[in-house]
Order: sequence, then structure tokens, then C-alpha cells
Amino acid sequence: MSVFVLRRILTLVATLFAASLIIFLVLDALPGNAAQMLMGADASPDAVRALTVKLGLDQPLAYRYLLWIKGMAVGDLGNSYVYGTPVAGLIAERLVLTIPLAIMSMLITVVLALSAGIYTAANHNRIGDVGVMSLTQIGIALPNFWFAILLILLFAVKLQWLSAGGFAGWDDGIWPGVKSLLLPAISLAVVQAAILARVTRSAVLEVLREDFVRTARAKGLGKREVLWRHVLRNAMIPVMTVMGLQFANLLAGTIVIENVFYLPGLGRLIFQSIANRDLIVVRNCVMLLAAMVVIVNFVVDVLYAFIDPRIKVANL
Amino acid sequence: MNSSTGTPVIEVRDLGIRLNTSRGPAQAVRGVSFALKRGETLGLVGESGCGKSITALALMGLLPDSAVVSGSIRLDGSELIGLSDTSYCKLRGNRISMIFQEPMTALNPMHTIGRQVAEPLRRHTGCSTAEARKQAISLLDRVGLPDAAKRVDAYPHQFSGGQRQRITIAMALACQPDVLIADEPTTALDVTIQGQILDLIADLVEERGMSMILISHDLGVIAENVQRMMVMYGGTVVESGETNAVFTRMGHPYTQGLFRARPRLGAPKGTRLTTIAGTVPELADLPAGCTFADRCGIVEPRCRAALPAVVEVGRSHGVRCLRTDVSMTAPIGAGT
Repeated sequence: MSVFVLRRILTLVATLFAASLIIFLVLDALPGNAAQMLMGADASPDAVRALTVKLGLDQPLAYRYLLWIKGMAVGDLGNSYVYGTPVAGLIAERLVLTIPLAIMSMLITVVLALSAGIYTAANHNRIGDVGVMSLTQIGIALPNFWFAILLILLFAVKLQWLSAGGFAGWDDGIWPGVKSLLLPAISLAVVQAAILARVTRSAVLEVLREDFVRTARAKGLGKREVLWRHVLRNAMIPVMTVMGLQFANLLAGTIVIENVFYLPGLGRLIFQSIANRDLIVVRNCVMLLAAMVVIVNFVVDVLYAFIDPRIKVANL
Repeated sequence: MNSSTGTPVIEVRDLGIRLNTSRGPAQAVRGVSFALKRGETLGLVGESGCGKSITALALMGLLPDSAVVSGSIRLDGSELIGLSDTSYCKLRGNRISMIFQEPMTALNPMHTIGRQVAEPLRRHTGCSTAEARKQAISLLDRVGLPDAAKRVDAYPHQFSGGQRQRITIAMALACQPDVLIADEPTTALDVTIQGQILDLIADLVEERGMSMILISHDLGVIAENVQRMMVMYGGTVVESGETNAVFTRMGHPYTQGLFRARPRLGAPKGTRLTTIAGTVPELADLPAGCTFADRCGIVEPRCRAALPAVVEVGRSHGVRCLRTDVSMTAPIGAGT
């Protein structure tokens, strides 16, 4: 087990290193001067040069790269070109929204998808299966921003149970924060749950056809017991793969929903920074997203090994 | 456990199985009848698709929901056909157990072998986890798994095919069943291992006084391991009797064909294997008469009219053939 985890950690570090190199090269080394872009085309050359020096952009490439890596190691990501405040603080402000939102949305996804997927597989080709599968088909076809607007119309405008947008923060306790993230989390979860339910259903159906299911029945286990004790764990590998991808997507790709609900999330920070040419913020945000995706994948890999004893020896 | 030696443990009468296949409904099994007393062994032999495995699954109550079963299956006198799944679950793995063909896939890869062997014990005897584990170890020990006590927490992928078959045998025997069904238990194994596994099964059957139904396509395996045998073709039993009697004087043209088709050691180089002309009929469109008619060398028009009745050709030796007068004169059997 420990060898397996160690190998995965080494891969993780190597991937992060490669990602940082690519991000740095793409954003800092490509043609175009950040100072020039910040000051506009009609700025005087002297002023541009002064800003270049001030931002440290006159230093050699390798030095700037190492400086960035060192900064990340100690938590000092530099100051935003636009706001002049520390980048780390800007990102942290957004993460207190983005991470809870992603977790809430993932929880809703998992609960909906696993129950629908298992239910439909257990009732294969019966009326319940056909009904729920048709619903998931609709779920996949729904654009989440449109569904989000419907939710706002129902729960915020008509019933007035929840607010139509904005983020209450965590200062007044957990409930106001959770409440303000509930509608966005549901909007994000619906499409994902539809996809994950279908993945779960086909994974469970596939395992149900395995020989060991018949063996378990031959031992005297009922259909339900076989499903819970023997089938589900075997079916979890493809399900977890998709869950990992979906969670990574929730961390990085929620900008549309953030806009619908006026949420100050990470997606909007990146979008605004790109618009403002605040490249230092963009660079660190992209790196953070890359790191989160890589770490989610790492966790999924380690979970595979916990679920499936064969993976430990397979030197994945 | 509670039946006297005279009455059958399991009695099958006129078993019929209708399956819904992709090619439409098919009468997979017709008119299968037999009875097994405690400690008796019965062999089912035939080609793939002849209905032998389906018959076994019917005894276990594990046919697909769409299958229609007719006739009667009695375990110690009580009827199994039409039994609810809940009641059947109390018998499976407890009074009637099964060993499957593919040891590589018959075990759950995610559970330790100890847990899998202990599962029927926990399910049927209600003993504690610790007690079930102890019994699992001694079962694994009994079936000849080396280092059973140490390896009880290992996973199936850490064992060879032969070892895994030993594990499935331990699992099937856990609750001391009255009837053991072994469906091609050695087909997927190396030839060198086959003999060991069959010997192990034979020892255990004798030691525990179980009745066994051994399913095989291999006449040699049947000849050496069971007291009585039934030859199946196209879902019907074409010949049945004491193994010795059948092998001494085979009565059905199909049994004779199977016997002639066996490879022989010492045959001159270049000798072609004898085959039975034609192919196995589709279960979905079986002929109305004798199922073997299209491939039979001595077929007559009346063979195709209706399924022939069983003719007694010896003491408890029956042949489902209209032409036993001709076929029984053919000197086919052991010693020829």
C-alpha cells in the first residue's frame, strides 16, 4: 500500500512541476509585456519601463520562475498588478465560496446519482428503470444556467424561500452560507447527477452479469444482499472515475453558474483577471486549478486501491 | 441429515424448462426425471447446449425470471418448483450447493477468500464472525489449500485456478449440504489439476455422505466418478443407467457416437478423430420427434413423428430410442 501511495505522490509532484512550467511559459514568456498591456498602447516608454522594473519583469526568465516557485512554497504569491493586494488573499476569498459549493454540489450529485443508478439497475427494464432513465436523459439535455433561472423563479421569486443570488459568507454561521449556495449547488448537480446515474446503472448492470454474482446467489444470498454486498463495490471503479472528473469540473468550471447567482467564486476571479490583464492572478489561479485537478485524481487513485485489492499489486 | 437411506434426497420428475431466448421461446429441457438417494452420485453428460447446466440451475432455483419450469423437483419430499425466492435462499448453499465451472470468475475479487467461505455459514447457521472464520479455515484446510490459516485473508487473485476451485469447493461444502451439484468443475483447469480436484470432490462426497450430481462433457470423467449417469441431447435424456451398465453396452446411437468420438492413446499416427455428422439442433427449433434424428445413422421415418419413449434395455438402464433392436446389437462400450 505505502509503495503504491509513494509512487502516486511522486507522479503527483512531477505533474505539478510540469504544469507550473507550462503555465509560467505560456503566461510570462510569450510575446507581449505585461506592463505595456496594463498601461495601454499610448503610455510613455519611460513609464512602461518603470513599471516593468517595479513588477520585476526585467529579471531573467529562470529567476522569475524560481521566484514564483519559492513564493508558492512559502505562500507569498506576489501582489495583484491591478489591485496591489496580495494574490493569495484574493484567491483565499474566492476559495471559501468555491470549495464549499463544489462539495455541496458533489454531495447532491452523489446522493441523486447513486440512488437512481442502483435503483434502475436493480429494476432493469421495468417501468421504474425506463422512467428514471428518461428523467436522466432530460437532465443531460438541460443547460444548467437555464435550470438555475427556473430554480430562482420558483424558490426565490415565487416562494421566496431562498435569495436569488449573492453569497452570505460564513461570518454569521454555517446556515446562511449553505442557504445562499443551495440553489447554485442544485443547478450544478442536476446535469452531473444525470450523467453519473447512467454511469452507475451500466456499471452495476455489468457486474450483475458476473459469475461471482451467481456464486453469491448459490450460497443463499437474496438478490438485495448480493447487490449491496457483492455488486456495488465492484461497480464503484468506473463510478469513482467519473466522480473525480466531475469534482474537478466543479472546482474550475462553474463560471456560468457563478454569474447567474452573482457569486464571487474562483471562476469569476479568473475571468475578471483575464479581462484586466492581471496576469499574476491568472497564473496563480490556473496553477491552483491544475493542482486541485491533480490532487483530486490522486485521491481517486488511492481510493481505487482501497476498493479493489488487485490494484495494489498491479503497480498502476 | 434426516432422510433414511431408502427414500431419495432429491427427486426430479418430468422436469421441463422453457427459456425465452433472443430467437424466441425454446424448450431447453423436456421430461428429465431422476432420483438420488443419500450418498448416491449421478453424472450428466452431453455437449454444450444439451440442457445439462440449465437442469442444474433449475435445481438451484437460479434460472432467469423469464424461464418457465414445469414438472416436479422434490428435496426430501418437499416441492421446490414454485418456491418463493426467500424460501429458496434458505436451501441454497445450505442443503443444496453448487460448484461452478470457472473458478477464475466465480469468486468476488473484492472480498477475502475467508469472508467468502464464511458467508454461507454466517447466512445459514447464524454463527459469529469469529466462529465462521474458524470454520472457514478448517474447511480450506480440508480442501487442501496450503497454509489455510495464513492465507484466509488473501484475495482470490492471489491464488491459482486449481486453488481457487478448492476455495469454491470449501464454500459449497461449508454448510454440509445434502446435495452437491458440480457443473464441469474441472473443465477450466489444467489436466494435471483435474484429477486432483475430482479426487477431492469424490473423497468429500464419500466422507460427508452427500449426494452429488456431476455435470461434464467428458465421458472419461463420468466413467470414473459417478455410480449412475444420464446422457442428455437436445434437452432430453437419451440414455440413463448405472455407469457400468451403460459403458458396457451403450444403447443410444448418440451415446455410441460420443464414445466413438473420444480421442484414443496409441492410435496410429494420422488417424482422424471420429465425429458425429451434423450439428447440435437449435433449442428454439427442435425437431418434433427424436432430437437426434437428423444426425442418427439408423434413423427411420417413425423416429421423426414423436419423441420416442424410454425403452428398458437392462436393469435400470433406459434408452430413449425406437431402434434399440438394432442399436443394442452394435458392440459399442468398454472393452471394444
